[in-house]
Amino acid sequence: MASLSDLVNLNLSDQTNKIIAEYIWIGGSGMDLRSKARTLSGPVDDPSKLPKWNYDGSSTGQAPGEDSEVILYPQAIFKDPFRRGNNILVMCDSYTPAGEPIPTNNRFAAAKIFSHPDVAAEVPWYGIEQEYTLLKKDVHWPLGWPNGGFPGPQGPYYCGIGADKAFGRDIVDAHYKACLYAGINISGINAEVMPGQWEFQVGPVVGISAGDELWVARYILERITEIAGVVVSFDPKPIPGDWNGAGAHTNYSTKSMRNQGGLEVIKKAIEKLGLKHKEHIVAYGEGNERRLTGKHETADINKFSWGVANRGASVRVGRETEKDGKGYFEDRRPSSNMDPYVVTSMIAETTILWNP
Amino acid sequence: MWGSLFLKQNKKAPARSSTKYRALAVKSEDGTINRMEDLLNLDVTPYTDKIIAEYIWIGGTGIDVRSKSRTISKPVEHPSELPKWNYDGSSTGQAPGDDSEVILYPQAIFKDPFRGGNNILVICDTYTPQGEPIPTNKRHKAAQIFSDAKVLGEVPWFGIEQEYTLMQQDVNWPLGWPVGGYPGPQGPYYCAAGADKSFGRDISDAHYKACLYAGINISGTNGEVMPGQWEFQVGPSVGIEAGDHIWCARYLLERITEQAGVVLTLDPKPIDGDWNGAGCHTNYSTKSMREEGGFEVIKKAILNLSLRHKEHISAYGEGNERRLTGKHETASIDSFSWGVADRGCSIRVGRDTEKEGKGYLEDRRPASNMDPYVVTGLLAETTLLWEPTLEAEALAAQKLSLNV
Repeated sequence: MASLSDLVNLNLSDQTNKIIAEYIWIGGSGMDLRSKARTLSGPVDDPSKLPKWNYDGSSTGQAPGEDSEVILYPQAIFKDPFRRGNNILVMCDSYTPAGEPIPTNNRFAAAKIFSHPDVAAEVPWYGIEQEYTLLKKDVHWPLGWPNGGFPGPQGPYYCGIGADKAFGRDIVDAHYKACLYAGINISGINAEVMPGQWEFQVGPVVGISAGDELWVARYILERITEIAGVVVSFDPKPIPGDWNGAGAHTNYSTKSMRNQGGLEVIKKAIEKLGLKHKEHIVAYGEGNERRLTGKHETADINKFSWGVANRGASVRVGRETEKDGKGYFEDRRPSSNMDPYVVTSMIAETTILWNP
Repeated sequence: MWGSLFLKQNKKAPARSSTKYRALAVKSEDGTINRMEDLLNLDVTPYTDKIIAEYIWIGGTGIDVRSKSRTISKPVEHPSELPKWNYDGSSTGQAPGDDSEVILYPQAIFKDPFRGGNNILVICDTYTPQGEPIPTNKRHKAAQIFSDAKVLGEVPWFGIEQEYTLMQQDVNWPLGWPVGGYPGPQGPYYCAAGADKSFGRDISDAHYKACLYAGINISGTNGEVMPGQWEFQVGPSVGIEAGDHIWCARYLLERITEQAGVVLTLDPKPIDGDWNGAGCHTNYSTKSMREEGGFEVIKKAILNLSLRHKEHISAYGEGNERRLTGKHETASIDSFSWGVADRGCSIRVGRDTEKEGKGYLEDRRPASNMDPYVVTGLLAETTLLWEPTLEAEALAAQKLSLNV
């Protein structure tokens, strides 16, 4: 007698050439991920060979009811770690039937910036450190915290182990392997300072792919927490008080920064970022003012600062970069709910295309 | 509450690669547990050469173990092939916030029993960006002692008996003990079987296999005198390996208790009163002790140790004074003693060693929360590199009835 798990794990490749493609897009809030699946006649590895599709934008706050079709353009393909076989995940962006990007489509403008010849020549690399908090379903209180109370203060939890210090490791470990399987360039994970909070890093990834890979990694994470019966939050300050917030520190380098004399290029780039601090901050995530207080390893939201190995600065340069005279820098301002298309392209635009 | 950490034997699942070490997933409300286990146990080797390396280090208290992982482009054999890394020392009490980077140097590799495949665990020690060992890095000095020519020539072996206590989560009371009360007095529990005498065997057994899989030199386990207390032994290990293997074994143990929903404590006297403490007896021998005439070398070593009792005791673990009372198979913390087959002494020599005239000694003083790098390094230093004055030696020999 077949059980549910036998059916979910059925390997179709012996029976049929058909594959299942899960089309993924970002909904009307800019942070909600949506997806639906369709059958394709055979395996595909090139997004341009996938058909465009459409969905009901009036159900995601992206179109009016009487003209509700929003068109999905496939942009990137990853292997599906849940269905496995030849089945795929497809990251898409959203357009009107007339071919215009809808207002919530941030990928379109980012792709334009990344295809500008000056930017393309600099081969911009990104390493994004995505922090997130796990919450118990129904009560929306962090995983491992006593209901109606608080755990002991921060200190023992960062990279900690043990049933009294690490809450939800199975989710994090399952996510790591699922991303490796899918073809996402996940480079590491760690338990964070606040109990129930974790981080994974994606990178180094070039240009527009940084955004694609981070969004699909977020999708896989939320599918896994769904399986575990736990809620994932990307809120930048889930618990007020003496508890760390959640960020998405973005590490960045260009060809010139990675070569001889790169440290000077880095310092110039940081100066430019300093002159555009307000514009960046506005685009670095909703609610960030609750997180960037100047405490808990953050810099104050109103001030721009940078330093070597300084975790209280807006931008941090690693000791190795300083020593080698070349490398990369870390923008610590983006919050966990930032849109990577916006942040990565804005950093490229300000440091490569803009001049004060 | 916590069950077997192995998949149930009668489950009708299709055959998978049999040598996999299976991880048990968090239970969810709607029965879709299998999908999580599938992902945790996913063997990614057909899809990528990449491996996951879990870097492990000791935090600011000297007993808290920390770890985080990174992707490495392909399998490695030797720690020297792994990149140095860094972490936020301001979050572990090891660096200030405005200069927070602490550098991790990979020192020993073990196979990862939780992730399987070619994935690895990496024991590291910690340095400033300038390359100086940070104050809590005890491995650096031990490694120097163990690379001294005289010490190398004596090939020091260590067998470490790590005791530990399992506690129920949230109430901080030992596993198997009634909350708000006590079990029957000690007697029936040592090496026992039965639901009323043995609490937490699955953790001890899972840990044994996990260590063997990882490549740790684990030599045995047993249930201890206090109910809820266990012991595992690692050895014989040569020199600096002893410390690396114990720290990796401690890491595996706390990862397993984490999965089981039980809290691990290495406190040397977890429960006051007529209950045994937890120690980390360290068995020790050198080449000379293991050869003909070794018993004389052992006696000389004990003599040296007797003259440095205070230095050793202060480095043998925090809180040891609550444990070394002279009762419960311990020697009093203030006095040094030795004897054959005597468990109430600081140093015990086995009957076999006495009979054959060669063998090893057991230092029973270290507490369960000792740092094996410190203890093993100090034992080698005191017995091989340090020399007392002739008068002190003669006085001590008389006091301990040692004809040396």
